[in-house]
Amino acid sequence: MRETDTLIKVEDLRVSFFTPAGEVKAVDGISYALGYNEVMGVVGESGSGKSVEAYSIIGLLQNPGRVIGGSITFEGEDLLAYTPEQMRQFRGNKVSMIFQNPMTCLNPVYTIGDQLMEALTCHDKSISRQDARARAIEMLELVGINNADKRMDQYPHEFSGGMRQRAMIAMALICKPKLLIADEPTTALDVTIQAQILELMKSLQKQENTSIIFITHNLGVVAEICDRVSVMYAGKIVEQGNVNDIFYQPLHPYTRGLLASMPRLDEDAHERLIPIEGTPIDLLNPPKGCNFAPRCKDCRKICLREKPPYADFGDGHISACWLHFMEAMNKGVGAE
Amino acid sequence: MNGNRQKLIEIANLRKYFAVGGGIFSKKQYVQAVESVTFDIYKGETLGLVGESGCGKSTLGRAIIRLHEPTSGKIVYDGTTIYDSEAGTAVPMLPYRRKMQIIFQDPSASLDPRMTVGEIVGEALDIHKLYPGRVERRERINQLLDEVGLNTEHANRFPHEFSGGQQQRVGIARALAVNPEFIVCDEPISALDVSIQSQVVNMLEDLQQEMGLTYLFIAHDISVVRHISSRIGVMYLGSLVELSESYELCNHPIHPYTQTLLSAVPLPDPVKSRARQRILLEGDIPSPINPPPGCRFHTRCPYATDACTQSMPALKEYAPGHYAACHKLDGQ
Repeated sequence: MRETDTLIKVEDLRVSFFTPAGEVKAVDGISYALGYNEVMGVVGESGSGKSVEAYSIIGLLQNPGRVIGGSITFEGEDLLAYTPEQMRQFRGNKVSMIFQNPMTCLNPVYTIGDQLMEALTCHDKSISRQDARARAIEMLELVGINNADKRMDQYPHEFSGGMRQRAMIAMALICKPKLLIADEPTTALDVTIQAQILELMKSLQKQENTSIIFITHNLGVVAEICDRVSVMYAGKIVEQGNVNDIFYQPLHPYTRGLLASMPRLDEDAHERLIPIEGTPIDLLNPPKGCNFAPRCKDCRKICLREKPPYADFGDGHISACWLHFMEAMNKGVGAE
Repeated sequence: MNGNRQKLIEIANLRKYFAVGGGIFSKKQYVQAVESVTFDIYKGETLGLVGESGCGKSTLGRAIIRLHEPTSGKIVYDGTTIYDSEAGTAVPMLPYRRKMQIIFQDPSASLDPRMTVGEIVGEALDIHKLYPGRVERRERINQLLDEVGLNTEHANRFPHEFSGGQQQRVGIARALAVNPEFIVCDEPISALDVSIQSQVVNMLEDLQQEMGLTYLFIAHDISVVRHISSRIGVMYLGSLVELSESYELCNHPIHPYTQTLLSAVPLPDPVKSRARQRILLEGDIPSPINPPPGCRFHTRCPYATDACTQSMPALKEYAPGHYAACHKLDGQ
C-alpha cells in the first residue's frame, strides 16, 4: 500500500488501565494501517483489547484508561495531540462509531429524528432545520426504514432491535465520515436480522466509500464483510493478513485453534471439535513470554521466556510466533 | 425409522401462554409463547431446538420439565403421564426432578453468589436425600467436580472466583449431581467465549456417552446445534415449523423459514460466503401477543398465498422422519 492511500495509521499503540489492583495492559503495542475504502476486521475474545483499541482512536477512552505510548495518525494528523475541542469536531464528522447495543446508545427521551438532526447540526451550524430534516429522512430511507417521515417523530422504544441498529447506522453515516468503527454491531441481533444489517453495511460501504473497522468475535461475519483481518489475543495482534490468507492459510496457533474449534455449518460429517485448552490469561499478571504460550500446543522453551517478533509472509500477512522462526532456521533460510 | 428406539418424552399439543396486562385500564392479553407443539424425544439422543429470540424455545424447554406450568397439552415421561390438561393430571414433580435437570444460559446469574461451589452442587444431593453420609457426600461432590474438569479444592470457592467457562462447568456439575436421565441445555454456551465454547460442547458430548444422557439442546446458533444434535426442531413464533434428522435438515430444508435461517448464518469461509445467494427476509418477527392469523410466518414468507393467512398448517411427515408445517408443501 502506498503511503498516500493510508487513511489511518496506528503505530505501537499502548493503552493501559490503572486499576487499584495494578496496571492492566489492555492494548500492548499494536500497529496497522488502514487504507481508503477498506474494511478491516478485528477479531478476538472478550478482554483481548479489540474495543479498547477502537475507543482510543475516537477518543472515548474512559478513566482509568490512558494511552501510554505509540501514535495514531489520521490523514497525516496526529490524533493523540488533538485538544478536546478538536476531538469533538473530528468525532462524528470524520470518524463515527456504531455500538453493540442500540438500545443503550439511543437517548430514550428524544425522537429518532431529533437525534439524527443533532448529529448534523453539531458539525454544521449553518444548516437550516428543514435541510437537516430532509437529510435525516433521506438517510433513514437509505438504511431501509420505511415511512421515514413518520418514523422521524418516533422514540427509540417504538423501534425493534434491527430498526434501532439501522437508525444507529444512519446516525453514524449522516455526516459522511471517512472511517466507521463498528463495535460488534450485529452481536445483539438475531441471525436473520444480522444478515439484513450485514447486507446493508456492505452496500453502504460500496456506495459511500467509507473505510470500516469491524470489531467482532464472530469469524463468520468477518469472512463475509472484511478485506483484511487482525486477530487479537491479550492486547496484541497475533496475526494480520487479507481475509483469504487468514481463513485458508492461518499461521498463528491461536488463529488455527479458533478456526478448528468452531462447529461449521458446511462440515460434511460429525467431526469432533478441537478446543483451545485453558482460559485467557489474566492481564494483571501477564506471562513473561508469549501471551498465548500457556494455552499453546506447540509451546517451546523460548515461548515462555521472550515475546515473539513478527514474521512477514508477504502481502501484508504477518504472524507473531516463534515457530515461524524455528521452521525457517530448520530450512536454513532467514524468516525476514 | 425410529421404530426400535424408545421414547423418553412425548409431548402433545403443549401450550404455554403468559398473561400480560389485566389492570384497571388495560385488557388482559396473552403472550402466546408456545402454541400447540407436538414431538417426541428418544432415549439417548440430542434433540436440538433452534429459533430466533422470542420464538418460545426456552419456554418450551422449561414447560417440558414443568418449571413453567403448561397452559394445556400433555407430557409423558418414560411411559408415565406427568401432565395432562384434559384428564387433569399433574403429578408431584419432586421424584421427576431427579431424572430431569436443566443447565441455564447465564452461568453467573444461575449460581447463588453466597454459596460455595461445594454447597451449590451438594444442595441437589440434600434435597433428594442422596448420599446422606458426610464422607460419601464429600466424595460425590469431588467426583462431580472432577467429571466436569474442576479440581476438588474448587469446592470451597465462591462462583465469582471463576471464569465464565468454569461457572458453566459448575452449573453442569449441579445438573449431574442427581444422576439425571434427561437434561435441558438452555443456551449453555452462548454466554461463553469462542475458544471456551468448544471445550463445553466436547464435555457435554463426553458426558452423554459416559452416562447415556438424553439432551434437549436449545440454542440460537444453528452451527452449534447441528454439531451436537441428532435431530433438530426449528421454531418460529411459538410453533414448531420443521423437525428432522440434523444433517437432512441442514442440507435439505423444506420449510421456507428454515431455508432463510440457514442462508443467514455467516460461514467462516470467505469464498463460499460471498458466492452464495442469500434469502433476505423483510421486516421483523411479529409480536406473540397478537400473532398473525393462519401460518405465523406468512407476513414474512416469500411464498405466502391466501391459504396461508387463513389456516395454520399442521406438522406433517414429508419424508421419513422429516416433518414440516407449511401449506406450500401440500400443493406439490
